[in-house]
Amino acid sequence: MKKFLSLLLALVMLLALAACTNAPKDPQSGDKETAAPAGDDEPDYSFADGDQYDEIGGELNILNWGEYIDPELIDIFEEETGVKINYVEMTSNEEMLIKLRSADCVYDMCFPSDYIIEKLIADDMLIPLDMDKIPNAKNIQQRMLDITDGFDPGNKYSLPYMWGTVGILYNTTMVDEEVDSWDILWNEKYAGKIWQYDSVRDAIAVSLLRLGYDINTRNADEVAAARDELIKEIPLLKGLGTDDIRTSMQNNKAALAVIYSGDAYACVDENPDLAYVVPKEGSNVWFDNVVIPKSAKNLEAAHAFINFLNDANLAARNTEYIYYSTPNQGALDHLDEDFTSNEIFNPSDEILSRCVVYHDLGDFIEVFNKAWADFYAAMGK
Amino acid sequence: MKRKVLAYPYIVWMVLFIVIPMFFILYYAVNVNGQFTVTKFWQTLKDASKWGILWRSVVISLKTTAICLLLGYPIAYILSNMKRSVAGFISVLFFVPMWMNFVLRTYAWHAILEYALPQLSDFLGLEGSVLMVLVYDFLPFMILPLYNTLSKLDRSLLEASRDLGANSVTTFFRVVLPLSVPGIVSGVTMVFIPAITAFTVPVLIGHGKYHLYGMEIEQAFKLLSGQGDYAVGSTLSIILLISVLVSTVIMNHFDKDQQTGGQMW
Repeated sequence: MKKFLSLLLALVMLLALAACTNAPKDPQSGDKETAAPAGDDEPDYSFADGDQYDEIGGELNILNWGEYIDPELIDIFEEETGVKINYVEMTSNEEMLIKLRSADCVYDMCFPSDYIIEKLIADDMLIPLDMDKIPNAKNIQQRMLDITDGFDPGNKYSLPYMWGTVGILYNTTMVDEEVDSWDILWNEKYAGKIWQYDSVRDAIAVSLLRLGYDINTRNADEVAAARDELIKEIPLLKGLGTDDIRTSMQNNKAALAVIYSGDAYACVDENPDLAYVVPKEGSNVWFDNVVIPKSAKNLEAAHAFINFLNDANLAARNTEYIYYSTPNQGALDHLDEDFTSNEIFNPSDEILSRCVVYHDLGDFIEVFNKAWADFYAAMGK
Repeated sequence: MKRKVLAYPYIVWMVLFIVIPMFFILYYAVNVNGQFTVTKFWQTLKDASKWGILWRSVVISLKTTAICLLLGYPIAYILSNMKRSVAGFISVLFFVPMWMNFVLRTYAWHAILEYALPQLSDFLGLEGSVLMVLVYDFLPFMILPLYNTLSKLDRSLLEASRDLGANSVTTFFRVVLPLSVPGIVSGVTMVFIPAITAFTVPVLIGHGKYHLYGMEIEQAFKLLSGQGDYAVGSTLSIILLISVLVSTVIMNHFDKDQQTGGQMW
């Protein structure tokens, strides 16, 4: 009897679970739907540049962000070249740095952000790219290379893979005034409905910009002022988030959020009440570039794969999958009007001119870290 | 002799996965870029804000433990007085949620508080919500050892107590409660220690805004753009380890006359 009852109970619970369809929308599954091309045909994975790849063989160990490549591309490359790709995901630049610094690092390729690349170059941890082996690099927009030149002089060690801006995502049904300044994130009208971004550089940058300071400042007083403003913002915050911001905004659970443009684009696509703006005080423009670390063994495969990723048509497919902005002009030419005419996805030169890349701050980062620790300590008090 | 041999795999396991990692933590706490130095270690020890966060963690763990004890003891007591078969069935009710992964249960609460019942989270507030989910997650760890101890209680002692003229209240406080101390001690230990190291719950339920000590350790390791943050993170971990050790010793002190606690666990 006891056993029967327990079983029955388990069954009831299982059914209850299955019946729980009223769950919040999952942003990831939404992506997949929208990632399919406009036509109902099979996506076109041909080479735009008519490339031929030789048999290379061996293995290629790639370290990349989650959901940051169309898996189909990996299959195609493996088929073309006979290279076996081992794809490992990471969740932060810092995690990647730990992996690259470890003595038994095996990676042939990874996709760090701007200021980390600057640091990797300074620490002599990268191999210069052999541009003769990457003819498709010609597809990359010059305006992008001009910016990436700021952290990788001469674009010797890296090529832009994806990029975007940081801005404010807001719900037009909850915010009636015009949103054009970071100041609105400190507006008491929206107390409890504001998301701040859980990352040292981004949150402090927002506060610095609002005060009119440079996001790469090396003035401790300016950082302290930015910290104090962030501490004042705590009672107004709904929370500090990264990926959870998307779900929350899509489900109308908050009014305003600091967000990356790629995430904003996906959110606006799901919920038309949302809008994205790069505030007038300026913002950060970020790049995730592809680099080859010194630990790389299969240089030939690594260069071939970078060239492959920059194929105009394949880069377009990859962009449709990832939903982040592509620096590849060829890819833009192969993308739908929906993408290319969208200000979030493809910002104008005017917006870009307001944005600055992060630079590696060297030892001064300790001042940022200390300010961030103070901010954290002030929370929940 | 034979019994000793059987314990060897466990000893190997302990050395490999508990003792050696602890030495690594100690090593990184006093080592910056291959150089032996205690500067970072002292700096972290002297940092008052870190102690403030530890204190917050201790307080919320104490609250969690107290609520679990107040809720769990009556439940365990009632269960122990029921017919075995019925008690077995009802205790399954407490087991069932534990079949599911801890993180998933926390995600479920995140969805409930955020989307299904926002009124509840408004009512509880941020700290209240974190506290409630901690209690939910750790309550079974309180009930089970208590139930184990209470159900093994020698009934003839209760009869003797009544024969000697004690009413049920006196019997409870003078006989049942003292005899169940081992169960209380293991229950309190099993709730307090995971609660003080809680990480998933404050991140998900507290929206990252309710900062506890586990998150502080994560932050220290994440902020690698600077130098020597391994040292800070490791020092914080050592402080936490010592706090846990001290609290275990204190709690075992109450249990020193008893040989064992809940046998099931």
